Amino acid sequence: MTASPTAVQAPPDLLIETRALRKEFGGLVAVADVDFELVRQSISSVIGPNGAGKTTFFNMLTGAYTPTSGEIIFDGNDVAGLSQHKITELGIGRTFQNIRLFGTMTSLENVLVGMHCRLRSGVLRSVFRSPVQRREEREARDRARQLLAYCGLPRHAENEYAHHLAYGDQRRLEVARALATQPKLLLLDEPTAGMNPQETRAFIDFVRKARDELGLTVLLIEHDMKVIVEVSERVTVLDYGQKIAEGLASEVVADERVREAYLGKQAVG
Amino acid sequence: MTSITPEELIGPVQASPERRYRQWLIAIVVATLLVIYPVLYHHFLSNVATNWLPTMSTAFGIAAFTVMGLGLNFVVGYAGLLDLGYVAFYATGAYVAGWLGSQQFAQVTVNVGGTGFKGASGIHLNPWLIILIAAVFSALIGVVIGIPTLRLRGDYLAIVTLGFGEIIPQFVRNGDNLGGFNLTNGSFGLNGIDGLGFGNTLHRWFHFLPANFLNEADATWYYWSALLLVGLAIGASILLRDSRLGRAWVAIREDEDAAGAMGVPLMRTKTLAYLIGAFWGGAAGCMITLASSSTSPQAFSLQVSIFVLCMVILGGMGNVWGVALGGALLAYINYQGLYAAGNTFNNVFNSNVQIPEYSYLIYGILIVSFMLLRPEGLIPSARRRLELHEEEDETQAELAETAPA
Repeated sequence: MTASPTAVQAPPDLLIETRALRKEFGGLVAVADVDFELVRQSISSVIGPNGAGKTTFFNMLTGAYTPTSGEIIFDGNDVAGLSQHKITELGIGRTFQNIRLFGTMTSLENVLVGMHCRLRSGVLRSVFRSPVQRREEREARDRARQLLAYCGLPRHAENEYAHHLAYGDQRRLEVARALATQPKLLLLDEPTAGMNPQETRAFIDFVRKARDELGLTVLLIEHDMKVIVEVSERVTVLDYGQKIAEGLASEVVADERVREAYLGKQAVG
Repeated sequence: MTSITPEELIGPVQASPERRYRQWLIAIVVATLLVIYPVLYHHFLSNVATNWLPTMSTAFGIAAFTVMGLGLNFVVGYAGLLDLGYVAFYATGAYVAGWLGSQQFAQVTVNVGGTGFKGASGIHLNPWLIILIAAVFSALIGVVIGIPTLRLRGDYLAIVTLGFGEIIPQFVRNGDNLGGFNLTNGSFGLNGIDGLGFGNTLHRWFHFLPANFLNEADATWYYWSALLLVGLAIGASILLRDSRLGRAWVAIREDEDAAGAMGVPLMRTKTLAYLIGAFWGGAAGCMITLASSSTSPQAFSLQVSIFVLCMVILGGMGNVWGVALGGALLAYINYQGLYAAGNTFNNVFNSNVQIPEYSYLIYGILIVSFMLLRPEGLIPSARRRLELHEEEDETQAELAETAPA
């Protein structure tokens, strides 16, 4: 039985897709042949108990780790094994689980570093302060200020050293810095860790807003079930490096194997 | 303990207009004084305490070594790459000076605005051209050394750079028979190198520019030449610091992985720091060699690398003004300060102690005291201070938080 071409459902517009992605550290298999895909402009989460391989998975997507085997197709390119800055340039931005800002740089400078791959001025233009360089620098500063405001940093934070910012502002600055790379895919590694419920609430709204306004695709690593259920359209569950479940947040949370992974066998049985 | 606000600790991040104005004023006054120093020295100061005041040739040495300090600051201060083999670039600069300004390659006779005799065999280019070529050549060597080594981090990088600092002098020492070709003249080094000057051609066109500084009454022109290099190096330092590249260097120093994830190409950016550092090292090494008219492998010891590194640390890593001051101070002590101190000491105590013999002891004490008492250097960069004092700062913040409301 052959379906007529019109009846075939159009394939979903994928931004990123991994095929049998695998990472081994010596004998330890941190991520085992994970197939994974993200639809453009979706918000999804990767969850799993500690040590399940979530951050390793993230690190392969961003190029921090080279996969042992497997493919990562991002926006039509195989990016597995490319260096970090190339992947960032192609459009994957990230934040870190434990905040990793450039502490002795100001907020504005942090965002400007994020713009590095979108700016062009090299040594000679900088030394001679060519008109091109000066215009680029001025525009970059303007855009950086807009980004800081967009991410909700107070006006006076601009010239404050990142190290001196309040915790919440540091989290916001990390997002601003990641957005400065002009990502298509934004990876957020436990972004709400340490936030109180109001801040978490505001952050969820912000992620949605950014997705809609900037056309982002967002992937989170998250522990807070409330955030997961509320914000993510799809959830992927990793345990011991294996993908054990995938689907709508509500389905996944009810899945027996997921509960097993989180709570242990007996609790479920 | 009284609490310190960030502003008290490091000053406002963005200098206010008045502050900026004052800084520029100070810079202009200092620059003017430095330029007219020879005049002051000859007409007013030479009768007073001559012993202590830097002579013209000391002043030249100070300025030339300050350029090296400023060059190393790109690598160590800005990008945070510990380089213990900076002397390699002094060596490349020195040998380019010899190759392009002596009779080393007597097979050919080339003279382009040189300072030597017109018909002399060998290559004789204009000294300023030689300095430029030496700087560019050293920068290339910097890239060649950088590409394999800069993948390493921290201590490992330091050790490998240390190795390269030894390899280059060894290569020079054994480079007198490269397949029958005498490139470096072995351990004898290169001698009879043309003096620093504007060259005969330029002198004919512009009479006030001396053809060869060797024929002048004293080393004033040498000093002015090196001072020009200092000015250029400071300018380049400031302009690059406040640019896309400068920010990328600091980001790498702060957190290499995060910088990479934010799209900073790590190898390229680190190699550029190395390249620019090597550029100034080569320029300074070349100028020193042109002034001293000879060079040999013995000159490129580890001590030179350490000495230049000390300039950067003592002055204040990452701060241009600090490094310039630290460099000038250490070079002064090295060239003249110790002798002057020794003489004064012996006169006062009527003794006969050879103070300069204890130079390394004295440097050692100086460095140790600085590290203990003022680790951020003479004029620290705001960032560096923040780094070194952030722990105190955090402790205070914690104390404030835990204190009952």
